[in-house]
Amino acid sequence: MDYFAQQLINGLVLGSIYGLIAIGYTMVYGIVGMINFAHGDIFMIGGFIALISFLVLVSFGLTAVPVILLIMLLVAMAITALYGWTVERIAYRPLRHSFRLAPMLSAIGMSFILTNFSQVAQGARVKPIPPIITGGYTLHEGASGFNVQLSNIQIIVVATTVVLLALFTWLVSRTRLGRDMRACEQDQTMAALLGVDVDRTISFTFVIGAALAAVAGMMYLLYYGLVDFFMGFVAGIKAFTAAVLGGIGSLPGAMLGGLAIGLIETFWSAYFSVEYKDVAAFSILIVVLIFLPTGLLGRPEVEKV
Amino acid sequence: MNAPLPAPSYARTSGAAFILKKAVISALVAALLFSLMIGVRTEAGPQGNLIYWTRFGELASIVAIVFGGSIIIELLRQWIGPAGAGRLVPPWLQDATAVAGRWLTPALLAFTFLIPVIFYNERYILDLSILVLTYVMLGWGLNVVVGLAGLLDLGYVAFYAVGAYSYALLAQSGIPYPTFISEPPFVSVDFLQLGTWAFWVLLPVSGILAAFWGVLLGFPVLRLRGDYLAIVTLAFGEIIRLVLINWQSLTGGPNGVTGIPRPSFFGIPLTPGDDGLAAKLGIEFSPTHRIVFLFYVILALALLTNWVTIRLRRLPIGRAWEALREDEVACRALGINITTTKLTAFATGAMFGGFAGAFFATRQGFISPESFTFHESALVLAIVVLGGMGSQLGVALAALAMIGGFELFRGLDQYRMLVFGFAMVLLMIWRPRGLVGHRAPTVFLEKNQAISSDLVKEGHG
Amino acid sequence: MSGPILAVDRLSMRFGGIVAVNELSFAAERRKITALIGPNGAGKTTVFNCITGFYKPTSGTIHLTHDDGSTIALERLNDFRISKQAKVARTFQNIRLFPGMTALENLMVAQHNALMRASGLTFLGLIGAPSWRQAEERAINLSTIWLRRVGLIDRADDAAGNLPYGDQRRLEIARAMCTEPALLCLDEPAAGLNARESGALSELLLSIRGEHGTSILLIEHDMSVVMEISDHVVVMDYGVKIAEGTPQHVRDDPKVIAAYLGADEQEAIAVMESGT
Repeated sequence: MDYFAQQLINGLVLGSIYGLIAIGYTMVYGIVGMINFAHGDIFMIGGFIALISFLVLVSFGLTAVPVILLIMLLVAMAITALYGWTVERIAYRPLRHSFRLAPMLSAIGMSFILTNFSQVAQGARVKPIPPIITGGYTLHEGASGFNVQLSNIQIIVVATTVVLLALFTWLVSRTRLGRDMRACEQDQTMAALLGVDVDRTISFTFVIGAALAAVAGMMYLLYYGLVDFFMGFVAGIKAFTAAVLGGIGSLPGAMLGGLAIGLIETFWSAYFSVEYKDVAAFSILIVVLIFLPTGLLGRPEVEKV
Repeated sequence: MNAPLPAPSYARTSGAAFILKKAVISALVAALLFSLMIGVRTEAGPQGNLIYWTRFGELASIVAIVFGGSIIIELLRQWIGPAGAGRLVPPWLQDATAVAGRWLTPALLAFTFLIPVIFYNERYILDLSILVLTYVMLGWGLNVVVGLAGLLDLGYVAFYAVGAYSYALLAQSGIPYPTFISEPPFVSVDFLQLGTWAFWVLLPVSGILAAFWGVLLGFPVLRLRGDYLAIVTLAFGEIIRLVLINWQSLTGGPNGVTGIPRPSFFGIPLTPGDDGLAAKLGIEFSPTHRIVFLFYVILALALLTNWVTIRLRRLPIGRAWEALREDEVACRALGINITTTKLTAFATGAMFGGFAGAFFATRQGFISPESFTFHESALVLAIVVLGGMGSQLGVALAALAMIGGFELFRGLDQYRMLVFGFAMVLLMIWRPRGLVGHRAPTVFLEKNQAISSDLVKEGHG
Repeated sequence: MSGPILAVDRLSMRFGGIVAVNELSFAAERRKITALIGPNGAGKTTVFNCITGFYKPTSGTIHLTHDDGSTIALERLNDFRISKQAKVARTFQNIRLFPGMTALENLMVAQHNALMRASGLTFLGLIGAPSWRQAEERAINLSTIWLRRVGLIDRADDAAGNLPYGDQRRLEIARAMCTEPALLCLDEPAAGLNARESGALSELLLSIRGEHGTSILLIEHDMSVVMEISDHVVVMDYGVKIAEGTPQHVRDDPKVIAAYLGADEQEAIAVMESGT
């Protein structure tokens, strides 16, 4: 029972990270109808930026952890958002009216560029850092000596996710930008005719998605203590699975899906086999798309003939 | 009399100030993007901690390159004009290439047949040609799925892997068959050893197994559209790779399968001994013999793929594939069973992938899951799209360009994926319809005229 | 065989909370032309989609009775089976040709099922068996006949996407006829055609009914075409049938006029009686 509770906590934390990435996928798919294959690698870049800014900050002599974390967060979000913006401008916008495969292949190309860029720029080895945030709480002392622990970093990950999610939901439902985004999702042409700057709205969508992915990257770095240039690929697919599971186009769905995937992956590793945990995640994608194509919270589409 | 209208001002888009402004912005963005990633280099230090050093020199040069490149691109864009790069080629050159195109295929084919003759002593060229032909075959195979039927398959490498591993494992163990024994469970499995015929017997088996796998995979997912189908097939490809890595007892795990038997000349092995082909023909043995033989084997397989594809295009099934790509709803209204049509396209493409996989295994003598990553699927897909979907010649030329291009980067392995990525992005922006800009009709009354790619749909899966 | 070829009985179609078609019943007579008309949004294309298998009706039945007396329940069939087994063909409101294929190829695709059988599920075709070659000849012949009928024989080898609009509409009809249907469903075949082209269309449809004995069901807004060729007209508004009868009868029905004018029935009667 304690083991189960621990896996539950771990799964929710992992799921928050996936959820943050999934939001980027679901927003982009909702507004331009494409799967941003490079989004997972944006997450990876976010992790790297966080890592590098951490090193630089520490070398400048900063020791106050909250300050360091805050600056890391802002720097990672800002620069990664810029990456997201650049990717959209270079690789997707020129192809917006091209045929379907073009943006997809362009996205795959962009994914290769980002992965390889990271590999070339920072070397192929995994980059570890010492734990920045230590300590936590023992929730329950188990009989056989297994304690259910809630670490501080876990609290921070979940808290950050909740805050960002709230901020973001407010953004989408209450601000002008959010309204423009929803309008573009429904009908781009009409939105443009009504004065919405479609290009800018789409850019914003990518930027926000990238910023959230950056946060996920930083959380990943803090939680697992390492980044590597290839972590975007698998995380990307899992996050996309989460977006689909929750219902593509639905923001709460993305987070819900993320939590679900995080839980499934954690429980699978804990109770079945660690080697096949990725297979479990990928299989879920297939199963969901076959049996539940609109996901848990999505809207069913009626075919217009 | 009205005063003449003032001359329209183009200053906003063509002036030096505008170009400069764009370049500065690009340089600024580049500086921000690369400030940390290039400017600072981290590495795991000697004690396991993370150390870093700065590379401001490199950062500065990259920013300068972006600045200069931005100016060049703007100038190019204005020189070429809004009509696009199509205008770059003068009409007489366009006509010349059209004429040349007609005898390009036979000339290329003749040259390909003679490669082992011309380059008999250049082992490197022979190996490279075999590699190119393998990808040509893979491209033609995937072309059936993506180019003809319009199904977005990002997991083609799965069939390549099934073909390779089924050949490798069955060649080693022999073909299993049931025998009856006198004690429970009364049925046991025996293995038929294949000896020197292993490759020839198992080649069709690999194709059939891959096709079967294609049907199995395809059946649940083929009603998905476009991007969803793409990512599901990608997931399948990854699952296959992960299973190959982890199911060590069956596949040998990350170490792969070694000692895969080489093909024989229809039963006569290509070895130096007395029972070898060289001895039988009375000539001196040379390891080049096997390479040349392998070359002709893959050439024959590729040509078979090509021939079957061309024939199928003219048959109702091939026409249904292309109609599926053009408009699926109309197909349904015409009584075409969409599901079986998609499945046959998938299975046919898978079969060719399986053949190619078996060949790959026998050529290398050793396979491991590392050869079957998503990068392979992306590469083959890029070849198909670059070639101009549906065009046989285009796909062949694209394979030559891509694999040949990759070879040029032999020394710079690290940068290969980077260049590949850039190439893909640039190609999609510049020429999303591929090299060959037209589709050939499969039946005609009077005029066999090619249809421009602009009219041809790309399919939605 | 007498009796209607198509009997629609209390057909209803719901999309979530919206009732697009509500308990619609009508019949299409054998070897006659039946028109389904009504203002935009009346639910006509929804009815078509139910008949041709693109939507599954929420309730009600659609029965097709062949000349030999056999009846098929269309509401239970999958889309492609409706064409293949029930021999119902259709055209679309927004033309759905295969634009990257030639006109001839479009018509050849229509004969897919017959050709698949003849090619022995492709295998006879691969080896080039004579029986396959003959079947292919026959298919090309049928295509040529229809290309001539619609006046497109000169453009047989041109890409369908390159054809002018009016030609594309006629090609779509020719393609539907190449499936040798018992019932031909046309969704606004005259949309976008000028007067001369609609006249040619009317002639074509009349000849299809007369020479081939194919029953026709069409949705149309062009009243000249409807009046000229229909044997029977069914009028819909807001998902229900509001009138049916001969073209003349329907034209003078105040309910129909009211529906098209957006006025109510009393106003329409008043307008008609005052002679304006």
